[in-house]
Amino acid sequence: MGALNILVAVCLTYVALLFVVAFMAERAALRGRATWLRSPLVYTLSLSIYCTAWTFYGAVGNAARSGLEFLTIYIGPTLVMIGWWWGLRKLVRVGRTQRITSIADLISSRYGKSPLLAVFVTLIAVIGTTPYIALQLQSVTLSFASFAKVDPQAMQFADSDATALWVAGGLAVFTILFGTRNLDANERHHGVVMAIALEAVVKLFALVAVGIFVVWGLGGGVSETLARIDASDIGTWQVDNGRWAAMTMLSAAAFLTLPRMFQVLVVENENERHLRTASWAFPTYLMIMSLFVVPIAVVGLDVMPEGANPDQFVLTVPLSQGHQGLAMLSFLGGFSSATSMVIVAAIALSTMVSNHIVMPIWLPIAQGGAVISGDVRSVVLLSRRFSIVGVLALGYFYYRFSGGGAALTAIGLISFAGVAQFLPALMGAIFWRGSNHLGAMAGLLTGFLIWAYSLLLPSFGPGVFLSAEVLEHGLWGIGWLKPQALFGIEGLDPVVHTVLWSMSLNTGAFVLFSIVSFPQPLERLQGAQFVNVFQHSGNPQGWSGGVAQAEDLMVMAQRILGPVEAQALFQKAAVDQGLVGFLPEPTPEFLQSLERELAGSVGAATAHAMVSQIMGRATVSVEDLLAVADETAQMMEYSSQLEAKSTELSRTARQLRAANEKLTQLSVQKDAFLSQISHELRTPMTSIRSFSEILRDADELSPADLEKYANIIHQEAIRLTRLLDDLLDLSVLENGQVNLNIRQGALQDLISHAIASTGAETSGLSIRRSGIAESIMMETDLDRLAQVFINLIANAQKYCDADQPELTIQVTERGGYLIIDFTDNGSGIPAQAQDMVFEKFSRVSDRQAGGAGLGLAICREIMSRLGGAIAYLPGQGGASFRVSLPITLKMAAQ
Amino acid sequence: MSRKQSPLFLERRSYRVRRVMDAAKLMPFLGAALWAVPVLWSGEGENQVPTSRAILYIFLVWAALAAGTLFLTFWLDDSIDSDRKEGP
Repeated sequence: MGALNILVAVCLTYVALLFVVAFMAERAALRGRATWLRSPLVYTLSLSIYCTAWTFYGAVGNAARSGLEFLTIYIGPTLVMIGWWWGLRKLVRVGRTQRITSIADLISSRYGKSPLLAVFVTLIAVIGTTPYIALQLQSVTLSFASFAKVDPQAMQFADSDATALWVAGGLAVFTILFGTRNLDANERHHGVVMAIALEAVVKLFALVAVGIFVVWGLGGGVSETLARIDASDIGTWQVDNGRWAAMTMLSAAAFLTLPRMFQVLVVENENERHLRTASWAFPTYLMIMSLFVVPIAVVGLDVMPEGANPDQFVLTVPLSQGHQGLAMLSFLGGFSSATSMVIVAAIALSTMVSNHIVMPIWLPIAQGGAVISGDVRSVVLLSRRFSIVGVLALGYFYYRFSGGGAALTAIGLISFAGVAQFLPALMGAIFWRGSNHLGAMAGLLTGFLIWAYSLLLPSFGPGVFLSAEVLEHGLWGIGWLKPQALFGIEGLDPVVHTVLWSMSLNTGAFVLFSIVSFPQPLERLQGAQFVNVFQHSGNPQGWSGGVAQAEDLMVMAQRILGPVEAQALFQKAAVDQGLVGFLPEPTPEFLQSLERELAGSVGAATAHAMVSQIMGRATVSVEDLLAVADETAQMMEYSSQLEAKSTELSRTARQLRAANEKLTQLSVQKDAFLSQISHELRTPMTSIRSFSEILRDADELSPADLEKYANIIHQEAIRLTRLLDDLLDLSVLENGQVNLNIRQGALQDLISHAIASTGAETSGLSIRRSGIAESIMMETDLDRLAQVFINLIANAQKYCDADQPELTIQVTERGGYLIIDFTDNGSGIPAQAQDMVFEKFSRVSDRQAGGAGLGLAICREIMSRLGGAIAYLPGQGGASFRVSLPITLKMAAQ
Repeated sequence: MSRKQSPLFLERRSYRVRRVMDAAKLMPFLGAALWAVPVLWSGEGENQVPTSRAILYIFLVWAALAAGTLFLTFWLDDSIDSDRKEGP
């Protein structure tokens, strides 16, 4: 046991187990059977990513060095959790109503949806998290080294840098596989949350196991262990008061502002009621996590040789006593702590980078590119994968440059102080309506600069970023600018010093600039929405459903979501509204759900901007305005009800108008048909009559004339028959008297047959066939289906007005349906005619009029007899028809 | 805003719920005050506080706060909904 290669094998097995758990959770979530996934217990356990390798290894090290000071890191979050009624409840409510996807999203969205602020917050978050990730790499590397010391013959990496590189690479791959498999509208990751909950149990179990072993196995019981503690170097209360207060405050702030904590606390929150359980359960978890820290530290100081790294006591104490199994468990606990932190932090940061930096840059550049592709999704996923690699690479470089020698706690505190700079802007966002964009920007900038100058850069040691000269005498030799003694105040602890100056000046700048400047209207509106979230928890912005271009929306949605998802979304919305086809009425509800769907791919701010590009500006509803103007509640209620009613009335009126228009058109068509049909019938009749009269009355006709006239009569009779056949066909189909002739055949042959019978190949129409194997066998009425195909191809032949007409036939299989799309590259069917193409006797244009307008009507009847459907597919760049057949009519090939 | 609209006096039950909300809001301040006590302990001389007693005190406060919060959540259980009804 204990060999390093076994260790690697254990790690890989453990990771595989996590994968299985995540995969199963995601599947269960997809099927909607995952009620246990959404239990408050899972939520509470997922919060435990607060306890990273810093807790697992660093807390013991910290306790061995400076006594009970380590407790501040857990007391801060405990205070936040038991005060959930004040802050967290509001934060979670805001996050849910505003569809917040990250802390950068929340701050930018509150301060007028400012893209600049989002970019800035994202950058600070990335820089601030870097030391933290380095900490995880360092701790895993150290734990490998601890095992290697015991068993020198085992397989080893070249040195600790190589180990760290392998760990960083492995974690990057792991996170990419975990976190970027799909895009979810709300940035929720059921699988990841489940895996993290499992890891939370593993690390708690491991730490408690080591603790029990130390107290009862080595210490000899509770009272003796306590006596041993009092007799040790850390036997009396010696915590520096400034550090006690500053670090408690710092950890409370970081608990709210760390990107990964924000992700699990707010973004992944399924239900506000889970917070209620977490409010007492999570402090309990923290308490148990820290219960055995001091005993392990004291016993470690006793039994381990002088100079052993106390950061590794959790691992080295069982190892030194020969308990390999316990050491392995403890190693897994530490590994769990590090991996879960890195995964969630990398997911949170990559979401921020792709939504707030990559998308706003990429979208305008790629405007007007591929029309139907879903290319944005792939760009989003790609940018997230790159961000994950980038974040881990930054962590690795920090580890290399900082020398990898510092105590874990010291590194962690640098991160905490960095992200704590978000606190004033975050608190102002939900508690102070007067705070504004300029204030937030000024506060963040001030706090960030002081933090970087006084804590981050000096952490690399003299000579890396700041010279020894600057560290000793201040920038340009000015004593007030000494990085670790700003404004001439010497002798403070570096962390206390940074927290004191950065937080006070950050808050000061935030308040001052908020007071002197004036906010934009959107900011004031958002301010009211955020601060008074419990008074009006309605939806943030109402889109007014004007006469919108549903087809344009569809084109855009296809571009971002991909054609399959977009079409499904639109079709579902249309069905919900009781409409047929792919274009739903652009109601505010539909637009909101569309925006939410888009927000999952490109972020809330960008999605909002894109929808408003098509819909016109976002309308600030009367309700919102009254909320800002502090009008009375009844007024708001009454007028918003009135407004809702009037919108609904106007929508109903629009639908009625559309129905009326359709009816009028139908009646006009009927009249037109009657005259058409009389005309169609009379013309051949007339020639038949005249020519048969000639044949009857003329005495001498040459055989050539005779044959010619007889031919004319024959052809006209065929024309008549065809027309009557069509009519008969249609009426038979409509009355359901048709007998289906079910046979088996290959889809491929059917399409080839249809193409051949139309003579499309010779008529200049080029046909492209793509999609899944057409060799699918079908069992259906092949003749009827072929009739539909022939009709569609012939239509493309007749009506496609492109210079080089081209027809694409694409076969796909989706949701239990076999789908065959016929798309040409012509100008398509105008929107007002799309409703009518499947009606009897309708003709889109008089141009090249070839038939009686019965073809598509017959197709529709046939498809409904075969149990399938045919529909016009808008927004494909040309006329496009979709034929769909239930898969039960298809049989697997051989 | 809506608070101004709600009546000045409440029924007994909603009155009780309001006070529980107050208690829930005060919890973090209670915690901060109790955990600030160690700041008063002197670090020198005869009166030094042994670590074992410090651990005992801090963890007892911890357990009490968690239990208190748990107790309050039972009371708040139904009140979230009535809280929502308060708003317009």
